[in-house]
Amino acid sequence: MKTLAILGKLAWRNLWRNRRRTFIMLAAVAIGIWAMIFMTALTQGMVNEMVKDGVSALPGYVQVHQPDYLDDPNINNLIPTPDSEIAARFGSAGLVQWASRIKVPAVLSSERETRGVTLLGIDPGQEHGMTFIHEDNIDGRFLADAADDGIVIGRNLAKTLDTGVGKRVVIMSQDLANNIADRGFRVIGLFGADMQSYEDTYVFVGKSTLQRLLDVGDRVTEIAVMGDDYRNVGPLVDKVKALTGDNVVVQPWTELDPYLGTMLKVMDGFVLVWVIVIFLALSFGLVNTLVMAVFERVREIGLMLALGMKPMSILGQILIESMLLLLFGMLIGNGLAWLSINPLQAGIDISFVGQGMEMFGASSVLIPQLRLQDVLLANGVVLLLGFLASLSPAWRASRYQPIEAITKVD
Amino acid sequence: MSMAVKCVELCKTYRQGDAEIKALDHLSLEIENGGFVCLSSPSGGGKTTLLNTIGGLDKPDSGEVWIAGKRIDQSSKSELAELRLRQIGFVFQAYNLIPVLSAQENVEFVMQLQGVGDAERGEKSQEVLKEVGLVGLENRRPAEMSGGQQQRVAVARAVVSRPALVLADEPTANLDSKAADSLMDLFTELNERHGTTFIIATHDQRVMAHVPRLVKMLDGRIVDDIQQQAN
Repeated sequence: MKTLAILGKLAWRNLWRNRRRTFIMLAAVAIGIWAMIFMTALTQGMVNEMVKDGVSALPGYVQVHQPDYLDDPNINNLIPTPDSEIAARFGSAGLVQWASRIKVPAVLSSERETRGVTLLGIDPGQEHGMTFIHEDNIDGRFLADAADDGIVIGRNLAKTLDTGVGKRVVIMSQDLANNIADRGFRVIGLFGADMQSYEDTYVFVGKSTLQRLLDVGDRVTEIAVMGDDYRNVGPLVDKVKALTGDNVVVQPWTELDPYLGTMLKVMDGFVLVWVIVIFLALSFGLVNTLVMAVFERVREIGLMLALGMKPMSILGQILIESMLLLLFGMLIGNGLAWLSINPLQAGIDISFVGQGMEMFGASSVLIPQLRLQDVLLANGVVLLLGFLASLSPAWRASRYQPIEAITKVD
Repeated sequence: MSMAVKCVELCKTYRQGDAEIKALDHLSLEIENGGFVCLSSPSGGGKTTLLNTIGGLDKPDSGEVWIAGKRIDQSSKSELAELRLRQIGFVFQAYNLIPVLSAQENVEFVMQLQGVGDAERGEKSQEVLKEVGLVGLENRRPAEMSGGQQQRVAVARAVVSRPALVLADEPTANLDSKAADSLMDLFTELNERHGTTFIIATHDQRVMAHVPRLVKMLDGRIVDDIQQQAN
């Protein structure tokens, strides 16, 4: 303990022997840490927006289907539990939000054109915040309730079909008895979406209206459930499984949207690579500083060895010096990161590259996300790799022969 | 009287290009406890090599070195470090002190490595600094002291934990005559008061005249071993 005290004292004072060099190295460590945390926060913010936008564009965090529906999404593959029973179970389960739907393939015809679409029968009261439709981005109006007789289609689809608000279109699908089920609907609204494919693909009608059209009674094909942590959906999956029983499939969003799930993993990997690349640049400065510090003190190290200090203590002294340098640099870097990220919580307007970002499903406002685990990762990497990088000069110092070191000539 | 140092048939050869330099050539020497010995030789005569070998800083090619009855020439690095820490005090010609520590901290350095408690360390260092005449300079760093004052701090550090043996290599080389005389008086006083064995390597005539035993060396051999009346 006493040896540690003298090693700490020596390390601390040696650190300030060449103040300019120490300050330069401190600045390098601080800027490195800041860059790691700041860039990670921006990346995580972008991923966060992408995933949140992605899961709230219909999938939710978890979905429930009849097992065969996944391969064959037709009306025969209904969830066995009646919708009213689902409402009773899910409504009292303390979930963040949930919605039950009918989602089937259909054909939509106007007077001029016909297109294949995905027909969604929804209860608008359940879907608020769970679809890609924003109320301020609708021409006309959205569905009022599950029994609404109107239809809402995408702007681009309306253009393709040469139709519009107030005009009639015909939906054609298949009922439970495999008969053609068709019905005319009046277009009550045209929605806009970030992704043009959404406008081309999805059309919305009232859930009970569609149940009547397809003759499915009180049944649905899909339940979507929202949670509060998209990175940790395991507990939500378990909870939903407990509510639904064994005769359905419960899938997290990472399985429903593998692209988005993979993107999240890639970004997490990218963050680690980014942190390590910055550190590698930093490590050259760190090792150089320590090598110079050792080289300048060869005779002093020889003296300490001659006086009876153990080689391991010399090693310890250099490592403590390195760790002190890193810890102070980290402290400053973390402070800088917090100071630069905190004022940006209202979001950074990146609309000048917005269209490009939307292609990846990202928003035009970027909110940096400072996550504790990313901060710990950046600091942990710097501390661990910094320790490893310091071993070489420290080891070299501890191997000096006292008499050779003490008689060294400049 | 028991021996503080015993060297038997020590040989040490250095190579310099193709040439071989015999720093120690079948050298044998005994120094009793409480002895005050000066090793003198022209430059390259082997006195520093002998001092370093006795201090466990260098190893002989052959022969034996005994310190306080224990053979050390085959000891490990760690054992030698322990020996230097516990039993030997060193005073070098220059670069004696750790620049980032104050005079008192330099004096306490060895005791701190030995694990001596704070209070005892403080008490002993104050006492020895008073003994070497450095009261009032305890908090000065080496760069703020004269060469003579620095050597006194080094002496204080060498004797503060009462080692059996103090080895000093050219301790007066960088000092003016007044400071050199003062340092030698200090050595004599510490030798007489505490019975510490002093071995001083030097070619300074003033130092040679100051000691009761003068061992003259040439080409790694002892050519004269003189008991003399110290000045």
